[in-house]
Order: sequence, then structure tokens, then C-alpha cells
Amino acid sequence: MMRRFLLIATPYFWLLALFLVPFAIVFKISLSDAAIARPPYMPQFDWAEGIRAFISQLDFENFVFLTEDDLYWKAYLSSLKIALISTVLTLLVGFPMAYGMARAPTEWRPTLMMLIILPFWTSFLIRVYAWMGILSNEGYLNSVLMWLGVINEPLVILNTNIAVYIGIVYTYLPFMILPIYSTLERLDGSLNEAAEDLGCSRFSAFWLVTVPLSRPGIAAGSFLVFIPALGEFVIPSLLGGSGTLMIGKVLWEEFFSNRDWPVASAVAIILLLILVIPIVLFQRNQQKQQEAEQ
Amino acid sequence: MTFKTATLTAIVALSTSAAFAEEVRVYNWSDYIDEELLTKFETETGIDLIYDVFDSNEVLETKMLAGGAGYDVVVPSGTFLQRQVQAGAFQKLDTAQLSNIGNVWDVISSRTAKYDPDNAYSINYMWGTTGLGINTGKVAEVLGDDAPVNSLALVFDPANMEKLASCGVHFLDAPAEIIPAVLAYIGEDPDSQDADVIAKAEPVLSAIRPYVQKFHSSEYINALANGDICVAIGWSGDVLQARDRAAEAENGVDIAYYAPTEGALMWFDQMAVPVDAPNPEAAHKFINFILDAENMAAASNYVYYANGNKASQEHLVEDVIGDTAIYPDEATLQNLYTTSPYAQKLQRKVTRLWTKVKSGT
Repeated sequence: MMRRFLLIATPYFWLLALFLVPFAIVFKISLSDAAIARPPYMPQFDWAEGIRAFISQLDFENFVFLTEDDLYWKAYLSSLKIALISTVLTLLVGFPMAYGMARAPTEWRPTLMMLIILPFWTSFLIRVYAWMGILSNEGYLNSVLMWLGVINEPLVILNTNIAVYIGIVYTYLPFMILPIYSTLERLDGSLNEAAEDLGCSRFSAFWLVTVPLSRPGIAAGSFLVFIPALGEFVIPSLLGGSGTLMIGKVLWEEFFSNRDWPVASAVAIILLLILVIPIVLFQRNQQKQQEAEQ
Repeated sequence: MTFKTATLTAIVALSTSAAFAEEVRVYNWSDYIDEELLTKFETETGIDLIYDVFDSNEVLETKMLAGGAGYDVVVPSGTFLQRQVQAGAFQKLDTAQLSNIGNVWDVISSRTAKYDPDNAYSINYMWGTTGLGINTGKVAEVLGDDAPVNSLALVFDPANMEKLASCGVHFLDAPAEIIPAVLAYIGEDPDSQDADVIAKAEPVLSAIRPYVQKFHSSEYINALANGDICVAIGWSGDVLQARDRAAEAENGVDIAYYAPTEGALMWFDQMAVPVDAPNPEAAHKFINFILDAENMAAASNYVYYANGNKASQEHLVEDVIGDTAIYPDEATLQNLYTTSPYAQKLQRKVTRLWTKVKSGT
């Protein structure tokens, strides 16, 4: 009995401690007002006044404020756009790699897998800094291209959205490759043989059999890239230019430049609500996959 | 580079500290000290020094307002200090623990009293101006020999900026410093707290925005020194550090600093002790160590910023005390202005204006 209770309670406790409690705190701050204090918002909860007086001081003003300035909508939309394009690009780069891995001789696969995972051994921040060195006007890429005579003027890539896409694709590529690889690896090769026996060309067998069967992996990989890319802050702030508008940066400015924690919290709550949709879809996809396997 | 060394110092300090060794944690601006002073402090006092750096007042302020940052000494600028004192972020200094307090320079402490009445919570570390860092060769090449290098017209007049864009221009990512400069350029009060006056800065900035390569508050030192950019709105000592790095590299880049004739912002970086500092006693020891005339002079000689320490002046090298870009002459001093912190609502408008300028939205 006790064991069963613990078994059921553990995931709920996890959810409560790591999601619901932090969410409630952020939500509460989003209903407060900014103030010159430590921490910089009011009201602070006071037992003497009681919870009712405390709640009566909270309001939705900050959420109304977000609708009044088009900056926020533009930032959300621009983040969605950047996250979507990066996901598609990551898929285009990652799928052939996963496919190649799954088709490679069995004895090579652990090595290939190692190569995919190896970059994680270096800090993420250092890898993004390395891209600054590669992409800058005097960087390695431009030096090589100019030396080869391909270009005369250095390409301006650093501090543009292109650099942000490169950064996101590079950083999240393993999250795309690994789930696709794991579905492709388990595919039954005889299905393709059967398709070819029945008159399919190799390409249409790939397109009509392999791709649809790898859909769960594609979906899982895409969500794993899209969800963190939407709220990404480090990559756009290091590689992007001043013109790169992303909600992560807006959140930073609210928090640091305006020191308006309540509005920053409101921005975060809305970001979470936007993320809930893909997260729920991701969950469903995982569940379906599990059911299909059973 | 300095950032790396500073981090390394911190790691070494951490790893060598015995289990019960006393420590002091200092949070200062990047490129702002002679690192030999850090080891000197450790040998003199036997206290382990953990030295971290930042490059924006906003980051420091958020840590102070959140509380529990774990630092014993921090170095905010005057306007930020004033607000943080209001928020209750600092403790009063105990002058009894500061035997070198007599070294402070009244010319500076009378000015910092604007932010911290009676200098009760803070002591000046260094001060400087915000002005123009110029790659003299490249600017002359682009704009001719009579380029207005000591005027804000250099960076706020689109005609000049259009040409300068080809060799690269950086601005500080600090609205509280750039907006007052624009106001000085268009003849308004740089310290204006009037939203309508501040709004006048927006069209001026938007007109030159396409020609600004980057808004960043520390990258311009290396960018100027390497010749990647030809003009930066930056902090006096940082530009002079760029000048020295270029000279050391012998790369033919010649850098100069000008405080604009329309007026330049004078700012003060103040050492203060957070209210929740883990080791306030060691914090006072560190501040007293910096207040020592020779130590303070060593720091200024290294980073090319003036300090608020009268007694240190006899130990300063001629390059520092004799340079009017660092220790301005009387005429330039008259031309410097100071600013006050923006109120919350105005701050939001200022940040919004800045976002609009930078991102076009």
C-alpha cells in the first residue's frame, strides 16, 4: 500500500516542486507592481495583513500592458518564425545524417554515434563563442573564402539572423539526429525490398516507405529543437545583431534594463502558454508511439 | 582576455582555499584593475580573494535587487548606486575600519555626494567620461583631415556616419549614456527627466542607426585596437586601453580619445558593500587596500582611468596624470555633465526608445 502510494506520489511531487510551485511564484510576480525595493516589486506577502488583503492588491495590469505595445507581439511572432525555420533547417541537415548512420555498417555505428555526442563534451557557451570566431568579418570562414578567391569582400554573417540560424542548427542538431536515427535503425529493410520488388524506384521506396515510417522520430526531433529554440537567449545575444528580435531578449530587457520583474514575469507566462501547445502535441506523439510499439 | 584571467584567478583562488580560510568576493567591471594587485592583496592579508567581472550596470543591479548574490564588494556607477541605496541594497561603510579614508579627493567626493549623500555607503573607485574613441588614420581617410573628431556631430550627423559605416562604428549598449549625449548634441539638457525632451533623441538615433555596426559595452576595446572599427562611443579609459593594445601589437593602428566639445558625461564607479555581504569585515579590508595611495595609483596606471584618491596622484605616471583625456584640465572639467537616475515610468520609456532604435520595432 505504502509502496504504491509512493510510486504514484513521486511524479506528482516532481511536477509540483519543479513546475507548479515555480510557475505559481512567477504568476504571482506577474500580478504585482514594480517598486524600488529588494526584491523590486510590491506587494510582498505579509502574514499580519492576511492573504485576502494581499490578493486584493494583485491585478492583471501587466498583461493588459503587453497587448498595448506591439513590441511584444512582434517579438513572439519573430521568435516563432526563427524557431520554425531553424527546426526545418535542422531537419534538412539532420535527416540525411541519421539516415546515413542507420545505413552504415553495424560496426561503424557506435563510432558515428560517438561523433554526434562528442561536441557535448565541450561547454555549449564555448562552442557558440567558437562560431563567433568562424563567422566574423576577419574570421576563419571569410579568410578561407577570400584566400580561395571566391569572394573579394568579407561576407557579413555574424550579428545577423543567418548567424542565429547557424548557431541553432549546430547546437540542436544532435537532438534531431538521435530520435530519427533510433526510428530508422529499427526499420525493417525488407519493407523497402518489397516496395522495390513491386516496382518502386529506390527514391520512391524511400519517399513512400522510409520517410512515413520515420515520422515519429521526425516529430520527436522537431519538438526537441523547436521548444528550446523558441525561448532561446544565448545564441541570438551572442551571434545575432541588434535587429534580431526574440522574446528571450525582450524578457532579458524587461528584467535587467527596466528592472520590471512583474512585466518580465507576464512575458514569461505568455511564452509558457505558447509553448504548452507544442509540448502537449509532443506528449501525444510520444504516447502514440509507445502504444504502437506495444 | 582579462575576463579569462579573472576567471582563472577565481578558480585558482577557489581551489587553493583551505577549508576554513577567510574569503572576500569582489564584483567589479571588466578590464578595470591591475591583476597583480589581486595577488598582492592575498599575500598581505591572507584572505582569499575571489574576483568576478561584469560589463553592465543592469546585470549588477539585478543581482543586488534579487539579494543573496554573495559578493562582499561591488562597484556600481553613481546613478545606479543611488537607486540601489534607496532599495536598501547596501550597508553603511564603517570608516573606523578604513584607515586610508583620509586619502580621498574632495573634488570627487563632493560630486559623488549627489548620488550618495555624505558618501555614507560608497567610496569612489574610479571615474571617467563617455566620449569618442577614434582610429585617427582611418577617420582621416574617410572624412578628410578636418573631420570633427572632438564633436558629437561625428557620430550623430548622418552625413558623417554614412561614410564612417564603411570602416565600422560601435556604440555603448547603454541608453542612460547615449541618450544624454544626443540631448547634449541637439542643445537640450542632457540630464532631462522630461519624457518629451527624451523623445527628441529618437529621430536623431534612428537616422544614424543603419550605420552603427554594433551596440556593445566591452567589445569595442579589442575592435578599436585591431582596427576592425574606426569610431566608438565609449568610456575614456577603455579607449586608452585600446590605444595601448594597438601600440603593443604594432599594427599601425593609432587610437585617440576625445571628450566631445558639446559636453561629456562624467561618471563615477563606487565601491559599496551589499547589505547581505557574507564577510563585511573583509570587504572593508579590501576597500582599505584599494584606498592605499600606491595601490590605487597602480590600478589607475594600469587601466588609464582617473581615481578619487588625492594621495595616489604623486604615484601616478605622467602618461596618466598628465593626460587631459584622463585628468581633464579646468576648461574640460567645466564642460562635463552628470546625470540622475530615471524614475521607473521614465526608465520604461527610455528602454523602449532604445529597443526601438536598435531593432527598428
